[in-house]
Amino acid sequence: MNVGLFIPCYVDQFYPNAAIATLQLLEKLGVTVTYPKNQTCCGQPMANSGFEHLTGGCNELFIKNFSGFDYIVAPSGSCVLHIKEHLHSRQHEDEAADISSKIYELSAFLTDVLKVESLPSKFPFRVGVHQSCHGQRGLHLSQMSELVAAPFSKPGSLLQMVKGIEIVPLNRIDECCGFGGTFCVAEEAVSAKMGKDRIEDHLEHGAEYITGVDMSCLMHMEGLLNRRGSKVKVLHLAEILNAD
Amino acid sequence: MHTIDHAELADVFNKDEARVDWHDETLWWIRQKRDKAVNQLPEWELLRETASKIKENVLSNLAGYLEEFEGNAQKNGIIVHWAADAKEHNQIVLNLLKGKGINKMVKSKSMLTEECHLNEHLEHNGIEVIDSDLGERIVQLAKEPPSHIVLPCIHKKKEEIGDLFHEYLGTPAGNADPQFLTETARQHLREVFLTRRAALTGVNFAVAETGEFVVCTNEGNADMGAHLSEIHIASMGMEKLIPKRENLGVFLRLLTRSATGQPITTYSSHFSKPRSGTEIHVIIVDNGRSQQLGRPDFRNSLKCIRCGSCMNTCPVYRRSGGHSYHNAIAGPIGAILAPNLDMEKYADLPFASTLCGSCSNVCPVKIDIHQQLYKWRQVIVQKGYAATGKKAAMKMMSLTLASPTAYHLGGKAGRFVMKYAPIAVNNKLNPWYKQRDMPEPPKESFGEWYTKNRKA
Repeated sequence: MNVGLFIPCYVDQFYPNAAIATLQLLEKLGVTVTYPKNQTCCGQPMANSGFEHLTGGCNELFIKNFSGFDYIVAPSGSCVLHIKEHLHSRQHEDEAADISSKIYELSAFLTDVLKVESLPSKFPFRVGVHQSCHGQRGLHLSQMSELVAAPFSKPGSLLQMVKGIEIVPLNRIDECCGFGGTFCVAEEAVSAKMGKDRIEDHLEHGAEYITGVDMSCLMHMEGLLNRRGSKVKVLHLAEILNAD
Repeated sequence: MHTIDHAELADVFNKDEARVDWHDETLWWIRQKRDKAVNQLPEWELLRETASKIKENVLSNLAGYLEEFEGNAQKNGIIVHWAADAKEHNQIVLNLLKGKGINKMVKSKSMLTEECHLNEHLEHNGIEVIDSDLGERIVQLAKEPPSHIVLPCIHKKKEEIGDLFHEYLGTPAGNADPQFLTETARQHLREVFLTRRAALTGVNFAVAETGEFVVCTNEGNADMGAHLSEIHIASMGMEKLIPKRENLGVFLRLLTRSATGQPITTYSSHFSKPRSGTEIHVIIVDNGRSQQLGRPDFRNSLKCIRCGSCMNTCPVYRRSGGHSYHNAIAGPIGAILAPNLDMEKYADLPFASTLCGSCSNVCPVKIDIHQQLYKWRQVIVQKGYAATGKKAAMKMMSLTLASPTAYHLGGKAGRFVMKYAPIAVNNKLNPWYKQRDMPEPPKESFGEWYTKNRKA
């Protein structure tokens, strides 16, 4: 199985440890991983700001980098959702459609493709799980509290395989953190308030770490945690699943 | 031109954090009541799907159903009027009242009349309007628009309502006992009901096959007004139709569970023909709905049954308040309806969202609200309503991200992301830093680490 590793731009630039953990975890599970070095961004920051018409260059580059793999895996629900919903090309529409059908967010890939049932990882800490909206409501990584439907969680079931981990309960299990891409600066007041309320929920329940499938939400919450001098850290799901 | 903007109004709302917490928790409590109610129905998702399909059928055959409704209503003795826009609607109401020499009217809740700014128009023409829904009456006394389509005064604390009642209805100063205040309003409105010759109500559902319409209230105020007046005017958005009476069961089960967590509204009143000696007039209003119906990406916003559940669940609405949307209909649904009416004035609303998708999940008629927010953003930018600075930043960003060389250079020169995202919109005074620390830039990017640690 030949997997192309897609590392979102801000993870590449700011959170290399999340990317390294993703790579190591996939390798540990016997997957041949290739990281196409000319990759940049999925184009979501422009598209969500109303500038989808400017994402043509990003799309072509993405198609060039990621055509031909059996699967494409990324440690981000949000960027994967963007590719699935919005990757298009005038000249290479077939390749774009092929990529959209083969791209997976990490926890979904581990659960649905590799069908991982155990992990050699250990993480003896109290952990709060943040449900990132695009992964949850867009990619259905977990059941959504609004629906009358049986609960499940792909990231949650993987975390259950980690030795020593204690998942803390939350008052609001899947409320948005308020990052929202350019929303975080365009609507600074509401964005920050939403983030504060989210981290308060985790802190109140004694979390030592907050994890999730999207570093962007975690970056936002980390910024608020650090500002208040909290010792609570954020870690990408991959970093916990890869911990030993 | 600088217009009012959701972000600025939300910023003002957030100056009082304790109040934001109170507002958020009040509406979250209603979301929880909704969750509890819907989880008692194993068939909930099927109900939503059914309602959605019925409404899609209505929207696809709207002209036919409208004529069917009109014909049957007329057979029942209801007088039907057609209004192309708010102005025509308001004029029809005014003419009806003037024709009968009426200068005082009681009105139960109708978001359509808010959309049309009917009260202002009538008052301007010497007609006194009293809103009889308690929440509406409260905001009317406060000279404010409703901040929520189902809970018009949800932004007001009971103490503030006590102060208003003290000022306008003569209750003792400092009394904020909800039961006492409600009783006061009841006595005050009773006098209004008994003396008004005209009553205006909204329409929740108009049944094409019978020509009747259904008005849902919890306070019975629509009935009190309509039954005591000699002329009942019902203002109805033209999308309010359902084909058959049997479809009502689906919608009545969905409406209030979604809105407040009640199994059904206290009153679901059917109006099919006027009592002898009285008149019922229905005004069917377009006001941009035909235009919205003609927009393939946005037409299904017309499925909305005005339950307000998207507002209660919206984490942005809960923390910015209904007035921050500066539109009759606030929240996520307002943000996809308003740009249809005035794209420039409401260009900010589709951006007042994180696109979290909770609104689409609670919507009882399955409107893809968050997808439409995304699509409105594209339309608004394409039509030229984006700020110039934002356009330049986005152009720069797209060029850099389309070129691996530029991206890698940008990264080395101080972390590309730090420079453009999420700070792409405004670099003058980085709003990220106001309440959040910046991420610590690592020694090397993942790309650099990979080159060192993995053989290509």
